[in-house]
Amino acid sequence: MEIKNAVAGTLESGDIQVQIAPNESKGLQINLESTVAFQFGEQIKKVITETLVELGVEDALVQANDKGALDCTIRARVTAAAVRATGKDVWA
Amino acid sequence: MFVPGNNPGMMADAHIYGPDSIMLDLEDSVTMAEKDAARLLVHHALKTIDYGDTEMVVRINPLNTPYGKKDVEAVIKAGVDVIRMPKTETADEIRELEEEIIKVETELGCVGRTLIMAAIESTMGVINAYDIATASKRMMGIALGAEDYSANLKTQRTPEGMELLLARQTIVVAARAAGIDALDTVYSNLNDMETFRKEVELIKSLGFDGKSIINPRQIEVVNEVFAPKEKEIQKSLTILAAIKEAEKRGSGVIAVNGKMVDRPVVIRAQRTIDLAVASGILTKEDLV
Repeated sequence: MEIKNAVAGTLESGDIQVQIAPNESKGLQINLESTVAFQFGEQIKKVITETLVELGVEDALVQANDKGALDCTIRARVTAAAVRATGKDVWA
Repeated sequence: MFVPGNNPGMMADAHIYGPDSIMLDLEDSVTMAEKDAARLLVHHALKTIDYGDTEMVVRINPLNTPYGKKDVEAVIKAGVDVIRMPKTETADEIRELEEEIIKVETELGCVGRTLIMAAIESTMGVINAYDIATASKRMMGIALGAEDYSANLKTQRTPEGMELLLARQTIVVAARAAGIDALDTVYSNLNDMETFRKEVELIKSLGFDGKSIINPRQIEVVNEVFAPKEKEIQKSLTILAAIKEAEKRGSGVIAVNGKMVDRPVVIRAQRTIDLAVASGILTKEDLV
C-alpha cells in the first residue's frame, strides 16, 4: 500500500503523537519515545503494530511520542495517521 | 458535561467527577483539520473506557457537512446512548438523522437502540420546538444552545438571562408536552460561580430537568440546587407509601396529614424521589 508522510495526535498529557512515513526497506519500523517506555513500551509497540496491520499498512516508518496514552487513544491516533497517510478512510 | 472530542486526557477522566451525562463533542470544539482524528478518538473511547452508568452522548456535526454522516456511523458502531443534533431548526432534520441512524443500526442488527437529543440554537428552532420534540420516538430531550440563539436574536447574554426567557419557557413547554427532557444551556464563566448558581436556580424553577456544564467544578452547584431538601423527601416518601397502601385497598384518593393527595401530587412526589436518587441522597435500596 502506497503511503505518504502523515501525523496525528498531540504532545498533551494522555495523548500520543504518531508520525508515519514510507519505509524503503520492508516491514514496520517503530521508534517509540515514552515516559513510561520501561513499563509499557512493548505493549505500546504491540498496539501500534496490530492497528497498522489491521489497516493493511505493512511497510512504514513510525515515530511515536507517547505522553501516557491509553490503548484506545493509541489505536485512534495510529488509525488517524494511517488514514491520512493512505488516503483510505475507515468509515463507509 | 461537555468534553472536547479531541482531548483524550479529558475523555479518560470525565466520569470520575460523577456527571449524570457526558457529552463528547465533535462539533464546535474540534477544528475542521482534526474532525477525522476526533471521530476516531471518540469511537475508540466509547468502545473501551468503562463509563459505568453515565449516559454517553455525542454531539455530531450537522448532516449537511462532510462530517455528519461519518460521525453517526462511528458513534453508533461504538455503542453511544444518545446522539445530539446541533443547530436543529426543523422536524425534518431529526427525521433525516433518524434515517441515517437506522441505516447503521440495520447493518449492526440493533435497530431502535440509539436515542436523539436536539439542540435548539436559533429563533426558527424555538418556533418549531414542539415539532422537533415530537419528530421521532427516539427523541429523549431538547436542549437550548444559548450562544448561537442570542446571536441569531441580535442580542447578547446577560447575567439575568431575560433575553433567553421565551426560548427557555418554549423549550420546557414543548418538552413537557412531548414527554421528554428539557436541558438548559451552558454558563461559560467559571470564575463567577454566584451568577452560575442563580442561573441554575432560575432554570430549575422554570421546569428544566438539568443544566449543561463545561467543567467538573460546576457539578456540585447543579446537584445542590436540584437536590430535594430532607423535609421534601420525607413528605414525598410518606405520600408514595400512602398511595401504595391505598392502591392495595383499591382506593385512588387518599389524604396525608389532612390534605387530599391526587395524581399531580403523586407525580411531584415521585419526581422528588427520582431527584433524590439521582443526586445520591437516597439509593435504590432505600426505596425497597
